Amino acid sequence: MFVFLLTDIFFYIIIFSIGLYIFYVRKTKDILETWKHVFRSRTGIISIVVLSFFLLIAILDSIHIKEKIYNEQTESFSYESEIKSVLDIILLPTYKNYEKSYSSPFSSNLYSKETIILENNIERRVYPKLLYKGNHNKYASDNTANILLTFIISLLKYFFVFSIFYLFFYFRIIFKSKNNIFIPFKLNKVFLMTLSIILILSIFLYELSLQYYVLGTDKVGVDVLYKSIKSIRTGILIGTLTTIVMLPFAIFLGIFAGYIGGFVDDVIQYIYTTLNSIPSVLLIASAILMLQVYMANNPLNFENIYERADLRLFFLCMILGLTSWTGLCRLLRGESMKLREVEYVQASKTFGLNRFSIIVRHIMPNIMHIVIITIVLDFSALVLAEAVLSYVNIGVDPTTYSWGNMINAARLEMSKEPIVWWSLFSAFTFMFILVLFANLFSDVVRDAFDPRSNKNYE
Amino acid sequence: MINYIFKRILYAIPILIGVNLLTFTLFFVVNSPDEVARLHLGNKRVTQEQIQSWNEQRGYNFPLFFNQSETGLNVIKKTIFYEKSVKLFYFDFGISDSGRDIKYDIKQRMWPSLAIALPSLLVGLMINITFALFFVFFRATKVDYIGVIFCVALMSISSLFYIIGGQYLISKLLQLVPISGYAQGVDAIKFLILPVFISVIYGIGSGTRWYRSLFLEEIEKDYVKTAKSKGLSEVSVLFNHVFKNALIPILTGVVVILPLLFLGSLIVESFFGIPGLGSYTIDAIQSQDFAIVRAMVFLGTILYIFGLILTDISYTLVDPRVRLK
Repeated sequence: MFVFLLTDIFFYIIIFSIGLYIFYVRKTKDILETWKHVFRSRTGIISIVVLSFFLLIAILDSIHIKEKIYNEQTESFSYESEIKSVLDIILLPTYKNYEKSYSSPFSSNLYSKETIILENNIERRVYPKLLYKGNHNKYASDNTANILLTFIISLLKYFFVFSIFYLFFYFRIIFKSKNNIFIPFKLNKVFLMTLSIILILSIFLYELSLQYYVLGTDKVGVDVLYKSIKSIRTGILIGTLTTIVMLPFAIFLGIFAGYIGGFVDDVIQYIYTTLNSIPSVLLIASAILMLQVYMANNPLNFENIYERADLRLFFLCMILGLTSWTGLCRLLRGESMKLREVEYVQASKTFGLNRFSIIVRHIMPNIMHIVIITIVLDFSALVLAEAVLSYVNIGVDPTTYSWGNMINAARLEMSKEPIVWWSLFSAFTFMFILVLFANLFSDVVRDAFDPRSNKNYE
Repeated sequence: MINYIFKRILYAIPILIGVNLLTFTLFFVVNSPDEVARLHLGNKRVTQEQIQSWNEQRGYNFPLFFNQSETGLNVIKKTIFYEKSVKLFYFDFGISDSGRDIKYDIKQRMWPSLAIALPSLLVGLMINITFALFFVFFRATKVDYIGVIFCVALMSISSLFYIIGGQYLISKLLQLVPISGYAQGVDAIKFLILPVFISVIYGIGSGTRWYRSLFLEEIEKDYVKTAKSKGLSEVSVLFNHVFKNALIPILTGVVVILPLLFLGSLIVESFFGIPGLGSYTIDAIQSQDFAIVRAMVFLGTILYIFGLILTDISYTLVDPRVRLK
């Protein structure tokens, strides 16, 4: 049975609107030209591929189901209380078993010594062997050789599965290149290279994590790699949902203030100046604190832990959105004010076009570039902000998988000797990859869309 | 000029009232004081008397807006709104939920915050501008390209990584400075070096890129072409013309955050155990001490508005083309 969490629904809406936007772009010639500029740059195409891969993982992780279980005693079907995502089902073989506690990456035993009583009642302090992974090499007993062999086998698997796909793709480009946005063949190589590297890496990681804990295990023995992958959804959701929440406010209020002016302008300006003058961390903190009090005092509304965590994530996005729309609103107000005086807008006014039509036909399309630039620019900042907010305890729910929570938990283990570094390492690495490519992407997008950008020097 | 400043200060009043109403709604209307008290006392088996006394100790035992049981002005004065919100305008922050005088704490804690924030800002500014000028000098070459990529990479690293990594590397492995803590007077330096260093490193990526784009915007203007066609060298154009003109947006960007430096940096202070306003706020958030959070929101807003006014004034000082009305 499918389960739709609140954030899932909004995430579907986001995906749907991205789809709509692509459809719209393909029909509109000048915007298509601008996007082609993005696709022509090497950085642009690499970051698009990487980000799409992250997005795909997030989508797979947003389709939730409850499994049906057959109860033999009552001879009836019932649903499990645990909610799983499609991603969980795909990754199930890699994470289903828990170890006892910490273990370092690729190791075959636990991180700390334990006392074991041997047959003849002698006590020994040893590192206990891991139960499920690390001692089950598939291809060779030596670890290095085994990893190498695993890599070769995943390469072979990759070529076997995707050669057909590539052949298909190759012919499609040659015969149907009319509407294709990857026109220059040189860049197609970049596209295919990036895609292959990602696919080979993910197959390799999957194969490896059947045999090892590639990034070790955490305090309660959960695979850190699995946790990091699950955190992708949280990161992407915070980066996208927040902007989607704030977008309607920013666009409508910005245009109204700029285009209509007068009293409306004063009121809207007052609202965003007021919100803007509160330091954003403090505003977010106050709002989340109050949400916490509300949730603590009304526990009945949030029965299911999944729903509770999900609702908190959703409210976090709402609150982040409410604090961050002011910047965009101000930009849009200025731009609409400029556009109001432009000749073609004046002309449509004299032709008797009403305000609404002028806004929809002339103002909206001409401020869209600002909106696009803001969305991609904000994304990376929001992903980074999540970690900081979780550190202050005003981020996502402690039960949600997120990089911030991972860092927060691992920080307390810094004083251990030797240091438990892998949780921190994986959280930071995953976050770095996502944010880096988001930043590179936003650079390319800004260059393409911003008329003022220093194109000559890039 | 003085007229203008006066006008700006007058304009700040409705904003402060708005902020005040907003925080009041958040802290007292969304959840009633009783609910907050229940949270602090622990949810289970809390009697109404306990809640009453908790509220009485902290002055939350009044009605929100109108006190019907009083007479005269006290109808308005003996309310939560007057006691907790209006009094902020007289800078009377009251006592925190744990019973300390907030105003005293803020006065004590603002200096350590400044001791970290001001050096970080100044050193960071110098380093970022130097790098930016360097990249602009080599613009459209490999040096510039690699530099920008490097900046983007630096920007993409979480601030927590810089702090945790720096603490581990410099304090724990190399043992150059203590991990955390604070001391009065000159001794404070050894505690301040690492946080300042980390704040600077963290800011390099975004700062350098931002200043670079400011310089590049300036370099495209006509007066630069004129200067070049007069035969001036690249270095002299860059320092005497471009740098001076780009200083205007840089300066205004710096002035606006100057007052906010008192608030300090939340994360850095709390990691390094600096007793500043940043760690004060974090502690308040973590222990759910709402009185402190309310006071900090108000203080932050005032400092921000003050920064905006300062920016406008500094504009007229550095750029004679700008006249304030």
